[in-house]
Amino acid sequence: MAHDGTASPTGTGNTELVRVATSEHRLARYGLIATALTFVGLFLVLPLAAVFTEAMRNGPGEFLTVLSDPETFAAIKLTLLVAGIAVPLNLAFGIAAAWAIAKFEFKGKAFLTTLIDLPFSVSPVISGLVFVLLFGSHSLLGPWLQSHGIQILFAVPGIVLATVFVTFPFVARELIPLMQEQGTSDEEAALSLGASGWQTFWHVTLPNIKWGLLYGVLLCNARAMGEFGAVSVVSGHIRGLTNTMPLQVEILYNEYNFVAAFAVATLLALLALVTLVLKSLLEMKYSAQIAASRRH
Amino acid sequence: MEVRVQNIRKEFSRFPALNDVSLDIRSGELIALLGPSGSGKTTLLRLIAGLESPTEGTVYFGNEDASRKTVQERNIGFVFQHYALFRHMTVLDNVSFGLTIRPANRRPSKADIRKRALELLDLVQLTGLEKRYPAQLSGGQRQRVALARAMAVEPNVLLLDEPFGALDAQVRKELRRWLREIHDRTGHTTVFVTHDQDEALELADRVVVMSKGKIEQIGTPDEIYDTPNSPFVFGFIGQSNILPVRVENGQLWLDDRSIGVSAPGEADGPAQLYFRPHDVELLDGGGCIAGIVVQTRRVAGTRHVELDVGGANTTVEIELPPEKATSDRSRLAFRPTRWKLFRD
Repeated sequence: MAHDGTASPTGTGNTELVRVATSEHRLARYGLIATALTFVGLFLVLPLAAVFTEAMRNGPGEFLTVLSDPETFAAIKLTLLVAGIAVPLNLAFGIAAAWAIAKFEFKGKAFLTTLIDLPFSVSPVISGLVFVLLFGSHSLLGPWLQSHGIQILFAVPGIVLATVFVTFPFVARELIPLMQEQGTSDEEAALSLGASGWQTFWHVTLPNIKWGLLYGVLLCNARAMGEFGAVSVVSGHIRGLTNTMPLQVEILYNEYNFVAAFAVATLLALLALVTLVLKSLLEMKYSAQIAASRRH
Repeated sequence: MEVRVQNIRKEFSRFPALNDVSLDIRSGELIALLGPSGSGKTTLLRLIAGLESPTEGTVYFGNEDASRKTVQERNIGFVFQHYALFRHMTVLDNVSFGLTIRPANRRPSKADIRKRALELLDLVQLTGLEKRYPAQLSGGQRQRVALARAMAVEPNVLLLDEPFGALDAQVRKELRRWLREIHDRTGHTTVFVTHDQDEALELADRVVVMSKGKIEQIGTPDEIYDTPNSPFVFGFIGQSNILPVRVENGQLWLDDRSIGVSAPGEADGPAQLYFRPHDVELLDGGGCIAGIVVQTRRVAGTRHVELDVGGANTTVEIELPPEKATSDRSRLAFRPTRWKLFRD
């Protein structure tokens, strides 16, 4: 998720004229461009196009019928529900963590920062297994949960927990450097003018971080909807109940129901494309804002 | 409002930033906290504001103990070194901020807030720029917006942290004069932090010289410049010369020569003689300090002459009228007219 929104592209219309002495031979240039394009085409565009054509193989009518299948429809609903819970939770957590880390000094700060990165460094399968170990029938909590009729594994709560865990760092990682760079003097200024803590956050801190925040939420959402590994471990694959879209794609594909599998995959691919477009737009806006804050 | 700081001590993780500092600020006064970096001047300012809390000691606003009050309750105006303007708000919104966030029962009407903000922008000579954003302003303009914003809440005391630190020399001088005018017109009790002695001496009613977390001297610019009470103040404010001398029977001796300066009542023994380059008179002989001219420089309206005096290869610099031409290696004799002795 490394992004360099601040590194501005330098290519303008005139550079070619200026750079004649250092530019490569025409053949070399075209050769390099062609190689790059071939790779992008083979490994990125072609597979994506294949997903769409497979889904539309039997025409748009069938495409829609497949999507309105009750089980598939349930998977879409579940995915939206899980993202709808996990993203706001991690939004709130991310702001709180970034606020604490960027604006205050306390013991164990470096440890907390490292901990936030943990979900990035472990395999999603392990993230799922953690919850099986915690809440499974052979765990310490298992019997207690069972006797109280609380179902966490192989149910929506487990899927939400696994998703929250995996998407934990996105918002916080995005905000910490931004807030650290902005420092605390804006907040102190607001306080000195009589603003309460909440007013300071609402009128000063939040506007200062809004683009970074949106960016983090966008990435968090994309991951929450697309997560496969961790969710697969805790979901139990109960049709129409605990299958999210990525799991549904796998099931349909394993049943040789290619059109249906690719139709659902299309939705996920569309989500990715929309995320990419929004991300690029935000990056443009966001880098301009960062530049403005540097000038300031 | 008068502000009293009493026996303040401030530690940052066991490191003392301020050590037993006491200061009385009179109502309507313009005070400069002057010192090198690390002297604790900004910490003292932030303690008065309530942005830091003292490890020990008390801050009084009038007769009220303000030490336990939050920064919001103290009702101060703080101008930050880099202004800390809210970048997503227009100039007008920045200036109005302190009033618009007040609870409904203390908040003026929208029209009144706007009127007050525009008046303040007029006061700081920014009329017509109210719709601009901070990024569209020059450094000096931002500084003035920050001041207007701080004054909008009718603060008990106005606190400025290095108000001219981030500006270029020309703008600094203009703003300095202008800040004095604003102060005289509005009468706010004002404290500002600076490391620039010219700024402090030119602008302030009284100057507080600080060093290593302590107050070295408090006084009017004249007192600070003419009668520094410690070697630090003498060295930090203006130019100074230091000569190792000896006191014998109330007379000062440099090496084996009497320099014709009497210090009645001073105990015998070694001491350091401090004097300013311009507080000297030239002599033809008798008791004096004699030196060989090493270098002369013409600086604006005076001639700076560097002299090698005494055997210890000590050099001093004195200022002479420009018409007093001297050539290198020539001998010059002088005597300080205003001086001070310090002992280790």
